[in-house]
Amino acid sequence: MTTASAQAGWRFKKPSVIPGFGLTLGFALVYLTLIILIPLSGLAWRSASLGWTDFWAIATDRRTINALKISFGTALAAAAVNVVFGTIVAWVLVRYPFPGRRIVDAMVDLPFALPTAVAGIALTTLYAPKGWIGILLAPLGIKIAYTPVGIIVALVFIGLPFVVRTVQPIIEEIDKEVEEAAATLGATRWQTIARVLFPGLAPAIVTGFALAFARGVGEYGSVIFIAGNLPNVSEIAPLLIIIRLEEFNYPAATAIAAIMLVISFAMLLVINLLQAWSRKRYG
Amino acid sequence: MADPVLFAADPNPEIASGITESRPARWGLMAIAFIFLTLFLVLPLVLVFMEASRKGLGYFFETLGEPDTLSAIQLTLLVAAISVPLNLVFGVAAAWAIAKFEFKGKAFLTTLVDLPFSVSPVISGLVYVLLFGAQSALGPWLKANGIEILFAVPGIVLATIFVTFPFVARELIPLMEEQGTGDEEAAISLGANGWQTFWYVTLPNIKWGLLYGVLLCNARAMGEFGAVSVVSGHIRGQTNTMPLHVEILYNEYNAAGAFAVASLLAGLALVTLALKTLLEMRYGAEIAATRGH
Repeated sequence: MTTASAQAGWRFKKPSVIPGFGLTLGFALVYLTLIILIPLSGLAWRSASLGWTDFWAIATDRRTINALKISFGTALAAAAVNVVFGTIVAWVLVRYPFPGRRIVDAMVDLPFALPTAVAGIALTTLYAPKGWIGILLAPLGIKIAYTPVGIIVALVFIGLPFVVRTVQPIIEEIDKEVEEAAATLGATRWQTIARVLFPGLAPAIVTGFALAFARGVGEYGSVIFIAGNLPNVSEIAPLLIIIRLEEFNYPAATAIAAIMLVISFAMLLVINLLQAWSRKRYG
Repeated sequence: MADPVLFAADPNPEIASGITESRPARWGLMAIAFIFLTLFLVLPLVLVFMEASRKGLGYFFETLGEPDTLSAIQLTLLVAAISVPLNLVFGVAAAWAIAKFEFKGKAFLTTLVDLPFSVSPVISGLVYVLLFGAQSALGPWLKANGIEILFAVPGIVLATIFVTFPFVARELIPLMEEQGTGDEEAAISLGANGWQTFWYVTLPNIKWGLLYGVLLCNARAMGEFGAVSVVSGHIRGQTNTMPLHVEILYNEYNAAGAFAVASLLAGLALVTLALKTLLEMRYGAEIAATRGH
């Protein structure tokens, strides 16, 4: 079949006896174009028609730059927190049998299932100065809700399952014999973890970090309640887009969205390259 | 690190200490994991239900019985009832084309399917405002013809479809790729037509994976906040979905009311998680390709 089609020259599709290719591909393409591609290219077209001077003026506006810095900075910090604790959670879930493990494992997906607005008001109430956790921290002079730290708390919640669910299957796949070999050759447990196990987990950890980071940058619902939303201090980029829209300042909303999208797509590319690289290297 | 006393039962303590952590290390890691999960997952969830019942069950049901709340619940159900089936049909069609055939540009198409996941929900709403808003090319025409998309139900549905677009497709594509084309080719060669092949051969193979995707798609459709917030216009009793209603009540300092509505959404999340776990336990093999990356 392969050689036959190669002899026949360039072909869009390999021959197959299964019907329905035209119908399903056609429907999928039309739907994709109408729902995703046309609206997104509308955004691209609108930001391109802004002109470079206008675009640059919006992009270098102090409030815009600060909002982007806050969004990307807090997402970075939250992803870093999640890498540490998410990996520990994944390790505990795979390696240490304990009663109720199935329930704890299911709970990890809560941020995927719980609407972001619900998470937002719950975390705010919890970490506010009079909340269950906030009241313990208040005497120490630590404020979480209505500060940038609050944004990080919300993004840690949102990003946790990305790290756990990326790292967990890789820990499950680790061949115990590798650890036994390291141990019989005289490695301490710490050496085995650092030199044998960690290199195998590193690509998954990096991917989990990138996924949590990408999700955190665009997150809106869980953040706006806890952030306090002070311009230049705790105002995230998606909120600034909404504020500009409410002011009918469409060029500014469009430009900020375009900047965020370009950075997000660059990150998507990096994630895909990382995954391809880790698959190639670790099969 | 080695602690021979604790591993006394093990036939070879030296090896045992090399392939697992010492007991204090294990307890320490478990404590860190549990404290972390309690602070970030368990307490927020418990708090939702505690706050919802704070003013008593009477107030709880009073809030849920208010016309604005009822209309928010109705709108949320309506939006999910439209957007989930559409994304289901798309997911099956896209997975059929991508998984059962070899064609040029397949990898690119698969990437495009995942695109909405890397777009901020707020931008997902914004693109429709730019497309249909009063300032757009279409805006004046829509207004002249009395067609309402923005700040009305169609806009909310469109934004929800955008955000939940990949869920079903991304569950089915790897699953159907793993299953290959052998079953379908056999059915066709035995004289089945395309529809019969899909209905009697493919669908039974993918039904649990499909249900899994629909479950996640539905949870997101009912809970979406950012995208819907941009296009809805927040008209009470008309274009308010449940998550938006939570926000309104919360901003009115009606915390008990906000948490009452939020507890319904949290209940939905718990049901989703329970069904998801059940599916993974019972039909893990049939949805296996969807787990991990």
